[in-house]
Amino acid sequence: MAPDDQAPARRSTLSRRGLLRGGGAVAAAGLSVAALKLPFFSVAGAAQDPASCRATDLSERERRLVISNWTGYIDPRRNPRGTYNTFQDTTGITVEYNDDVNDNAEFYAKVRNQLGSCEPIDRDMIVLTDWMAARMIGLGWIQPLERERVPRLHENLIDSLRDKAWDPDRTYSAPWQSGLTGIAYNAAYVDEVGSFSELLTRSDLKGRITLLTEMRDTMGFMLKVVGAEPEDFTEDEWYDAIDALNRAVSDGQLRQFAGNNYLQQLANGDIVACEAWSGDVIQAQYDNPDIKFVVPEEGLSLWSDNMLVPNLATHQANAEAWIDYYYEPEVAARLAAWVNYICPVEGAREAMEQVDASLVDNPLIFPDEEFLADTWDFMPLDDRQSQQYEGDWSDATVG
Amino acid sequence: MTQAAQAVPETATLAAEPSGSRRRRGRTGYLLMLPATLWLLLFFVVPFYSLVATSLFDASGSDFRGYEMTYAWGNYVDVVEAYWQPFLRSLWYAALATGICLVLGYVLAYAIAFKAGRWKWLLLVLVIAPFFTSFLVRTLSWQLILSDEGFVVDALQFLRVLGPDDRLLATPVAVVAGLAYNFLPFMVLPLFASLDKIDPRLVEASSDLYAHPFVGFWKVTWPLSLPGVVSGTLLTFIPAAGDYINAEFLGSTNQRVIGNVIQGQFIDANNSPVAAALSVLLMVLIVAMVLVYVRRAGTEELL
Repeated sequence: MAPDDQAPARRSTLSRRGLLRGGGAVAAAGLSVAALKLPFFSVAGAAQDPASCRATDLSERERRLVISNWTGYIDPRRNPRGTYNTFQDTTGITVEYNDDVNDNAEFYAKVRNQLGSCEPIDRDMIVLTDWMAARMIGLGWIQPLERERVPRLHENLIDSLRDKAWDPDRTYSAPWQSGLTGIAYNAAYVDEVGSFSELLTRSDLKGRITLLTEMRDTMGFMLKVVGAEPEDFTEDEWYDAIDALNRAVSDGQLRQFAGNNYLQQLANGDIVACEAWSGDVIQAQYDNPDIKFVVPEEGLSLWSDNMLVPNLATHQANAEAWIDYYYEPEVAARLAAWVNYICPVEGAREAMEQVDASLVDNPLIFPDEEFLADTWDFMPLDDRQSQQYEGDWSDATVG
Repeated sequence: MTQAAQAVPETATLAAEPSGSRRRRGRTGYLLMLPATLWLLLFFVVPFYSLVATSLFDASGSDFRGYEMTYAWGNYVDVVEAYWQPFLRSLWYAALATGICLVLGYVLAYAIAFKAGRWKWLLLVLVIAPFFTSFLVRTLSWQLILSDEGFVVDALQFLRVLGPDDRLLATPVAVVAGLAYNFLPFMVLPLFASLDKIDPRLVEASSDLYAHPFVGFWKVTWPLSLPGVVSGTLLTFIPAAGDYINAEFLGSTNQRVIGNVIQGQFIDANNSPVAAALSVLLMVLIVAMVLVYVRRAGTEELL
């Protein structure tokens, strides 16, 4: 970042003032060791080749499967007739299901060292959002799926999730659930919040709103607010959007950036409106009918969380059996009836009539073409862009 | 550490001369130090070395391209320019919380040591009791207690301490209160240990010499409790300066501290050189402040 010619001067100030006076024999020892040319210097790129970094598939011998998914993203596993147990009973595969994904960036940090140096992460399937899936596929950390072992995926995937730029033929990824990002508000405290710019300016919301910590969700809306298109924007437009966000932060309009605890705060009135994920809101409505989901004037952001098989997974065929199973319309309908996100499976709507007829016409579970016309996807970022923009984002959210 | 390593052989050789049994004792010293030394080497020196190395990588690297070692000392200048505010905020919040803990903790420790009688040990257990619950759970429950619709805010609004639109959660007050709450036991325990050792007859003697109770406290109890004050403030200030959970859960975006920035740089921005430079800087800063403080307090012999 800093020009190289300045480096020596800074070095001397730091070593004299910072180290010796700052004292601490430990710090000094650590730094003097660092000054020697010892290993650890330079870290090679983390890209791998999935064709060479793969394990022998033990699926035939070991009928098991290890999955990492987001919390609350499957129908109850205790239910003997739920989708999870039915899968285990019909295939004889024991599924070790962990809900240990809380955040894309955090999960990435957790597996970066292993996957980046071609070491196993002891999971056969992970579920991550589009942009993170795209990054991992780009890094070569993800195994391609055998096309003939997941026929239902290619047959039944809904049209709006096909032809993604980062995985056009769904060679590497299979959407688990898809969802929309919009606005939620608590009708017990405030009137309807119809647009994102209203959310950021209305005085009765001051200090009582949250935005999501996912950069692409929030910045998509900020770009819309400043009149840019999240699907294709310039650097200037990006900085306009960041400035608008910084203003909302410094004005105190915004209370927090929330990961997944915003609904509790919305229910108890600490916040009265927020940026929210559709399925979360529908689930919260069962407990508190005052919580409403709005399609903002700016539109909705459409995303999906994707099943991926990481490098060195030892039960790929079992994972593919799982994918194929969840692309059966009846199974997908039973899952969607519980998690209330957009069902990525064609034909699930018809199957839903048997499961829960009240959800058949819910556009947040089975959106039609017209509804989806207002949705957008975030522009794919290259390596340098994503580093720059994620740095800006981090500064805006924690600076 | 280097000093300690040099000091030990000297004493060992000195001790070894007179007799054989002394030599064995010297060797025992080494053996006793071995586990902790290995532990520190493995889990402190090695990671610290890697942290310092990371902080000198070219900050424009990425996971795709890798990071190059360029001795980018400029990273340190850049992070100070960009993040001096959260840095100062961390130190300020930690100082406030330490001050609050000192006042509350001193009164409490004094009461336990001198006035609690047979309830002494029960009270001490109560001070430690919060540790039976996770730090995270305790901080999250403060969210409920300080909630806008909760009884604390209601009561303060009724008393006109807070205006109708004011709040506690997501303010600096909540963050500092959370810090003070979470680190209070670290203040009380060393203070209690110091105060409990004071012979009450010394205070009696001061009043026999016609000292006003306040003077007696100031001339007798306070100086004798200084070791507890110094270690208590250190045990409170150091973790409070690095803590970011309280700022995260109880603060708003405008109360983020340096810990939040470090986490954001490591995890969200994926910029480990910047995060590493911030971490090293925080450590150096705290060590420097502690050294100055201990010098000033003139209590090296007490530690």
